[in-house]
Amino acid sequence: MATTYRIAVIGDWESVMGFRALGLDTYPVTSAEEAKERVLELAKGGQCAVIYLTEQLAKNMGDVIAHFKDELRPAIILIPGREGPLGIGRDNIQRAIERAVGSNIL
Amino acid sequence: MANITVNPTRMELTRLKGKLRTAQRGHKLLKDKRDELMKQFLDTVREVRSLRAEVEKELMTVHQSFTVASALMSSEALEQALLFPKQSVVLTQTSKNIMSVNVPVYQFETKTKSDSDIFPYGFAATSGELDTAVDALGRVFQKMLKLAEIEKSAQLMAEEIEKTRRRVNALEYVMIPDTQAAIRYITMKLDENDRATTTRLMKVKEMILQEAIEKKRSADLEAEARYAAGQNG
Repeated sequence: MATTYRIAVIGDWESVMGFRALGLDTYPVTSAEEAKERVLELAKGGQCAVIYLTEQLAKNMGDVIAHFKDELRPAIILIPGREGPLGIGRDNIQRAIERAVGSNIL
Repeated sequence: MANITVNPTRMELTRLKGKLRTAQRGHKLLKDKRDELMKQFLDTVREVRSLRAEVEKELMTVHQSFTVASALMSSEALEQALLFPKQSVVLTQTSKNIMSVNVPVYQFETKTKSDSDIFPYGFAATSGELDTAVDALGRVFQKMLKLAEIEKSAQLMAEEIEKTRRRVNALEYVMIPDTQAAIRYITMKLDENDRATTTRLMKVKEMILQEAIEKKRSADLEAEARYAAGQNG
């Protein structure tokens, strides 16, 4: 299991450009549809272990995120875009708790 | 106690008793698994929450720095500066087993070893804000990777807990009571059969006895009659 993987960042250009300097694969997109295609493409290739996705895009692509929730790869992690956090990432944790426990206990 | 269509036989009874024992043992084990998973999960979730809050906060400052940088530089110049990354990151993924859930563990390696050597541009043509932003982003990235790891773990564990919980409930509220009911049913039926056999035997015995008595009586009567006839004749 010593395969190496890439890390992708998907979001609007202003939010992702910084990650390019770190050597991550950045995919600037403009719409949720484009982002969806990109995610599916990356997942299909199997080269990507982690995909960071801005919340601004994530709010319109719940189906794709839900699809990869139970997969080991890729891990889709939401990050706030430059407009600020929308609380979707935090909601997702909340939802995971509800799913596991049956009710919200925290 | 839904549909019990079992054969009330001893063989079925033995089979069901075995099944019940297995179900009870499985139930206990799964319950333990669920409890332990839950404990681990809650620890992980707490960690995720605090780390996420940190990452979000730090990312916002990074975004702010980038905004300032893009205000000071033209977007072409900015794009040009960041176009060809010097740094490159490869990620190795191994997995760790927590209570039969495979969770990812990420290790990343950077091409350039030094943290200060990541700027893919010359300093002359760019704003100092950009350096700050890239530098801060480099630091927050470590946390982001850790966040990816534990958040994914939490998601996978949530799935497993849900599955285990369903199994525990199915065993506790369906499988075990049903089997117990079936066992009770068979025991009752067998006991009932036993009693039926006993009564039947008693009845048969009584009938045979009655018959024998009747026979004896009629034989006696006959003998008596013959004796009386002999006396008269």
